[in-house]
Amino acid sequence: MPTTRRELLQKGSALLLLTGAAAAALEEVLAGTPEKAEGYRLQEHWWAMTIDIGACIGCGNCVRACKTENDVPREPYYFRTWVERYRVPEGDLEHPLVDSPNGGYDGFPELSQPDKGAKSFFVPKLCNHCAHSPCVQVCPVGATFESPDGVVLVDTTYCLGCRYCVQACPYGCRFIDPRSHTVNKCTLCYHRITRGLTTACCETCPTGARRLGDLKSPTDPIHEFLRTHTVHVLKPQMATGSKVYYAALDGSVR
Amino acid sequence: METILQQVQGFMYPNEIELQWSILIVLYPFITGLVAGAFILASLEKVFRVEAVKPTYRLALLTALAFLLVAPLPLQLHLGHPERSLEMYLTPHTSSAMAMFGFVYLWYLMVVLVLEIWLDYREEIVLRARSSRGALRLLYRIMSLGVDNISPQSLKIDEKLARIITIIGVPSAFLLHGYVGFIFGSVKANPWWSTPLMPIVFLFSAMVSGIALVMLMYMVVSSWRRTGIDMRCLDTIARYLFYAFIIDFSLELLDLVHRIYEADESFKSLDFMVHTKLFTSQIVIQIVLGTLLPLGLLFLTQVARLSERARKTVYGTAGVLTMVGIFAMRWNVVIGGQLFSKSFLGYTTYKLDFATREGLLPAIVLMILPFVILALLVRLLPPWEPNDAGTKTTACP
Repeated sequence: MPTTRRELLQKGSALLLLTGAAAAALEEVLAGTPEKAEGYRLQEHWWAMTIDIGACIGCGNCVRACKTENDVPREPYYFRTWVERYRVPEGDLEHPLVDSPNGGYDGFPELSQPDKGAKSFFVPKLCNHCAHSPCVQVCPVGATFESPDGVVLVDTTYCLGCRYCVQACPYGCRFIDPRSHTVNKCTLCYHRITRGLTTACCETCPTGARRLGDLKSPTDPIHEFLRTHTVHVLKPQMATGSKVYYAALDGSVR
Repeated sequence: METILQQVQGFMYPNEIELQWSILIVLYPFITGLVAGAFILASLEKVFRVEAVKPTYRLALLTALAFLLVAPLPLQLHLGHPERSLEMYLTPHTSSAMAMFGFVYLWYLMVVLVLEIWLDYREEIVLRARSSRGALRLLYRIMSLGVDNISPQSLKIDEKLARIITIIGVPSAFLLHGYVGFIFGSVKANPWWSTPLMPIVFLFSAMVSGIALVMLMYMVVSSWRRTGIDMRCLDTIARYLFYAFIIDFSLELLDLVHRIYEADESFKSLDFMVHTKLFTSQIVIQIVLGTLLPLGLLFLTQVARLSERARKTVYGTAGVLTMVGIFAMRWNVVIGGQLFSKSFLGYTTYKLDFATREGLLPAIVLMILPFVILALLVRLLPPWEPNDAGTKTTACP
């Protein structure tokens, strides 16, 4: 049956309309992808961080900078990064004394009675940006994902707030933002690193204990750091492919 | 939150101080467990031809449906963004255990329960559509889905189909609750949850709670209707409750012995928790009052010759204790799994609010709701023969 002019117009306009909708949808999708900064190519980076335990002085600069830069709620139970103070009685790796008052935001009060024979050090913590993230695995809608440049991110416009990912993270790095009712976590200052800057915590670290590194950049100093230091990741038995490497990490740290 | 912060013992990662899953998430496995258990009891008659439990067959099915309809509500109420929950159907993340909930749920609701109930009641629905008037007539006509053939051949086909559906239904019930166990059992970050035994423990505890619920419902409904209790039926249900309970308790003991003997890095922390924060809910309520006592009572009915009256009292007591025990078990799994730090160095506290979105009040409403739905269902689709009201002392065929 030959197509009438009327039918042709109908079909044609429907097709045009659909194409327009598809283009709009594509734009939405592209806007949601991490690759927004000009000249930044996802495939050329693989982000990681090194933390030198020996260099951390527990000043809390990183915690304050992170809360300010990323608008993290100020309450003492919401942190994208925090610092723990360890005191390990001689040889007793199983019973370290740990504290983290306000996540180290205000620094650490001096110990009134320093333990004799105990060693003491600070451990900054943040999302480990795991290559095999248990949090990403469990998200029922894929709102949290590993970006191609190795950063674990959250699409807060998609997150249901079911909190399964908070349960699945072995390191306690996630929390539910009481303002948005969606999950919140370290983005490795994605808005900064995609513009060639370092993270807020690394930027403000006075001793260079925390350093951002790009494992795909052959000239990045991270390669030398990893070569010349004994490094560990937290909870290696979890096999999460953690990319936060600690130098001189004590066996008592968990 | 400030008060919780003050009650933290030892060290917790700062983000761990707030509990993520509340009493509503305790209700979720409790309710789905009742559904699966009630259905498995119903299937005893259809699949395994245990004729003695026939008086409870329809009641068990309607109970399962009433609870299944409520099952997603606590989850929905708990979500930070309930309006986005449909995304779990539209864009499910296939590696997520939780993403499959919607599909398992729909399968169980539509393919198993609703279809089986429809086939079982079809003749009555058609007859009622013919005999009733007005809105009720319209409702029954809609429920009949336009099929009004109730010839003997047609009913025979119904029966065959219903049996096939029950046969599909049994593994589906296993899937539904085993799956709920997997949601917890597969979280490797949490040693209190992470065990391959979790799905099977959940399954048997589901059977225990579902059988206990139907047993209690049958006793209460019979007393309300003054029909008398069919003791052969009640004895059989109690026997199955006893068997399921023994398997459930053995599995939980196996888990316990394994943990104590292996004593891995988490053991000291969890052991301390069980002896302090969880002592009342785990040792006293779940194990002593909710498991050992009802098991002992049920054992008594198996070995001693008790009068009918005494048996009824024992079954009633054991049934209630069992329900309390299984609820405590869900509580200890869900809440207990969040009280200790993943650093194994400290403990937080769960503060149960009352009239908040995730408080005690909505939890109570959600537990009453299935009974309201069941009352409506029973009015619409009476699970007993129309002529046995108040006449028979035993309803067993």
